[in-house]
Amino acid sequence: MRFLRRGRDLACREMVELVTDYLEGALDARDRERFERHLRGCEGCTAYLEQMRLTLRLAGRLEPEAIDPAFRDRLVEAFQGWAEGR
Amino acid sequence: MRNAPAAHETEQCEMLTLVTPSDADSAPGTASPDDRRAVAAILAGDERAFEELVDRYNPSLLRVARGYVSNRTAAEEAVQDTWIGVLRGLPSFEGRSSLRTWIFRILVNQAITRGVRESRSVPFSSLGDDEAAVDPERFLPGGAWATPPRPLEAVPEEVLLSAEARARVLEAIAELPAQQRQVITLRDVEGWSSAEVREALDLSEGNQRVLLHRARSKVRARLEDYVNEAAA
Ligand SMILES: [Zn+2]
Repeated sequence: MRFLRRGRDLACREMVELVTDYLEGALDARDRERFERHLRGCEGCTAYLEQMRLTLRLAGRLEPEAIDPAFRDRLVEAFQGWAEGR
Repeated sequence: MRNAPAAHETEQCEMLTLVTPSDADSAPGTASPDDRRAVAAILAGDERAFEELVDRYNPSLLRVARGYVSNRTAAEEAVQDTWIGVLRGLPSFEGRSSLRTWIFRILVNQAITRGVRESRSVPFSSLGDDEAAVDPERFLPGGAWATPPRPLEAVPEEVLLSAEARARVLEAIAELPAQQRQVITLRDVEGWSSAEVREALDLSEGNQRVLLHRARSKVRARLEDYVNEAAA
């Protein structure tokens, strides 16, 4: 998706813009290799990726909001009207 | 389901396993057997089957609806109209998309025909493509970190996974611009595949990923504040 200049190591500033493409599997093999090579030698970007993974993990653990019972009752009433009318 | 999962995704998949809905493995383009059973039961007048559907999708419908309207009441109205639209449309549901994708498309159309903000017509510049994922001041002129993020091993895991950490993430998501919030909600909170997110919100692959990237980057920045406070 993003244009990467070839034949040069990625800078940390570029790495943070590629993290989503990396995690979504959207980098081609060559760019993924460049990304991972940088990662192996860079503590800052490794920490950044760890923090991003933690973010996703926490987002996936958010509790669903409870449905307002009155709202739910209205929907059930709507269902009953619909079922009767069929 | 993820399209063409790559080896490096394995770790992330593992971490997200617990939260991925059970029907996430159905192809984004078709209804699962569970979808078909639910549709048949509702069409037969099974109130419980309808309630199950409501309990399952209402919270995320509300989250997404709030991307189109400014307050909770208006969002609830849009969601209520969505469920009525679901009941009306169910006899002609053909299963060419998953049930949840179909439901969310009704919500999106609902929001648009109600004359509320048309999220799809937002110009690309406002997708946030010009925003940096990280404050540029944190990099040296050559692009290397000047102030790198703190490694997580400095903070105990129970702190990292605490209710407070989750609350920070939720708060950060709630404050995102509408489209970014919609995309991160479906992809990361609900665990949908990116293909399904695109289909439900009618986004191109590129736009979806830009929105997801901006959203994740901002939420991570807020989590970093929390990590730094916890380590201090
Ligand atoms: Zn780096």
